[in-house]
Amino acid sequence: MSDATRGEICAVACADAFRGNDEILASCFGTAPAIGARLAKMTFEPDLLMTDGICTVVDMPNPVSGEGHEQVVEAWLPFRTVFDHLWNGNRHVIMAASQIDQFGNQNFACIGEHAKPKAQLLGMRGAPGNTISHTTSYWVANQTAKVFVPEVDVVSGVGHDRAAKLPTESTQGHDVRLVISNLAVYDFETPDKRMRLQSIHPGVTVDQVVENTGFELVIDGDVPETRIPTSDELALIREKIDPKGVLGREVPNPE
Amino acid sequence: MDKRTTEREAVAELRDGMTIGIGGWGSRRKPMSIVREILRSPVKDLTVVTYGGPDVGLLCNYGKVKKLIYGFVSLDSIPLEPHFRKARQAGAIEAAELDEGMLQWGLLAASHKLPFLPTRSGMGSSVLDINPDFKMVKSPYADGEELVAMPALDLDVAFIHMNRGDVRGNGQYLGPDPYFDDMYCRAAKKRFMTVEKVVDTAAMANEGPLQSRIINRTMVDGVIEAPNGAHFTECPSDYGRDEAFQKEYAATAKDPDAWEAFRAKYLDVETEADYQEAVKNR
Repeated sequence: MSDATRGEICAVACADAFRGNDEILASCFGTAPAIGARLAKMTFEPDLLMTDGICTVVDMPNPVSGEGHEQVVEAWLPFRTVFDHLWNGNRHVIMAASQIDQFGNQNFACIGEHAKPKAQLLGMRGAPGNTISHTTSYWVANQTAKVFVPEVDVVSGVGHDRAAKLPTESTQGHDVRLVISNLAVYDFETPDKRMRLQSIHPGVTVDQVVENTGFELVIDGDVPETRIPTSDELALIREKIDPKGVLGREVPNPE
Repeated sequence: MDKRTTEREAVAELRDGMTIGIGGWGSRRKPMSIVREILRSPVKDLTVVTYGGPDVGLLCNYGKVKKLIYGFVSLDSIPLEPHFRKARQAGAIEAAELDEGMLQWGLLAASHKLPFLPTRSGMGSSVLDINPDFKMVKSPYADGEELVAMPALDLDVAFIHMNRGDVRGNGQYLGPDPYFDDMYCRAAKKRFMTVEKVVDTAAMANEGPLQSRIINRTMVDGVIEAPNGAHFTECPSDYGRDEAFQKEYAATAKDPDAWEAFRAKYLDVETEADYQEAVKNR
């Protein structure tokens, strides 16, 4: 029986999101994705490109907690070059979502009417350009029916139904791939690209997932469990990537 | 040639309803001494184009902003700018929100004196609903692709902050990122550059590599020496962000009395020198 925490299962699911990405810029919002990308780079995707979070590509970014290390700079990537890079398509970003719908339309700009929002959040940031240009996945640290909604208030990140209405040449880079939450992993591997329950984290029930989803989820027969981290992966997370355990603050372990 | 001037003279160039661009990014290398001077001035109804930070929060709070053209507003270490949020949630400003890459594209189009630049960014998102005046353009080539024609963001006045500059208007950044400051200058009719320190032109060679000297004097009309002028935003390699001060600023959004006290102590003062003195003595 593994002693992996829920957070560690999420972080490893984020790492798996980068599987097969090879030599590509990996960017993250949130602690679990940040741990996942580092873990992927330390193990099965050593050629991932990662930044220090400011403007340089480094050989191995600092741990998410604890002491930093001497980072070797590989390249300069100021903001203007980030846009060049991402419009070129060479990136997989895991973004946050304040709201996401069944086709993967995402909102972190504001809640309510855009002209006079109930809650102003981050703004569009780079979400429209990211989603139309390169692979995008989402991380939801606390899945509820208020986050997994029938309709997002504002579309920051473009989902599959909206992309399907655009000319195909405009969406050649569009690839909204996975949604990873504290409860489960979702993909869009359905005929009409609706969100599907891909795997469920150990200890979570399908009922719990459905209860915390505000739209009809595609559930194909018996849903497998999300992969349990290996002992080597757990050692890397606990000793090298997050020695102070800040992940537990983002994803509390269920009682 | 000597283009040295003051914040007061620069801000006196502003007229109600003008479109201004503010350099930097979030809470990084912002021309804050200029922003503070705008707060002290009677100017209003500005359209502000920027990668927003506390400049936006302050200008909104003082009722200077009619329209904001932006991709985000953030204090970086504090992800949401609380004074900007208040203004938005009160419906106090017209919010022309863009994808942050589209903002760069609009500045670049203006700086090249083009009417627009094509992009796929924005397609399928709410950006095109929020900005209903944006049009599509069809590629004239065999592909025939329909693209967003991101309109040029022409500016009346641009304000940027550099680490070093000379009296002629050559400027140099010494931090890791130039942001888009050169584009703001080229996009504007009138350009003011505050600098941490005015130095001899020849001395700039000793300050940083050749590539750090992105502002040449044709891009600048006025140079203002403003030591600590980006405070409380960061201005590496001269200084980091004043996180304690930023926290104090952010906390005032929740408490009208704290805001009045903050404003009286730091902002409703006569000059930038008074501000710097108040910061030093806190």
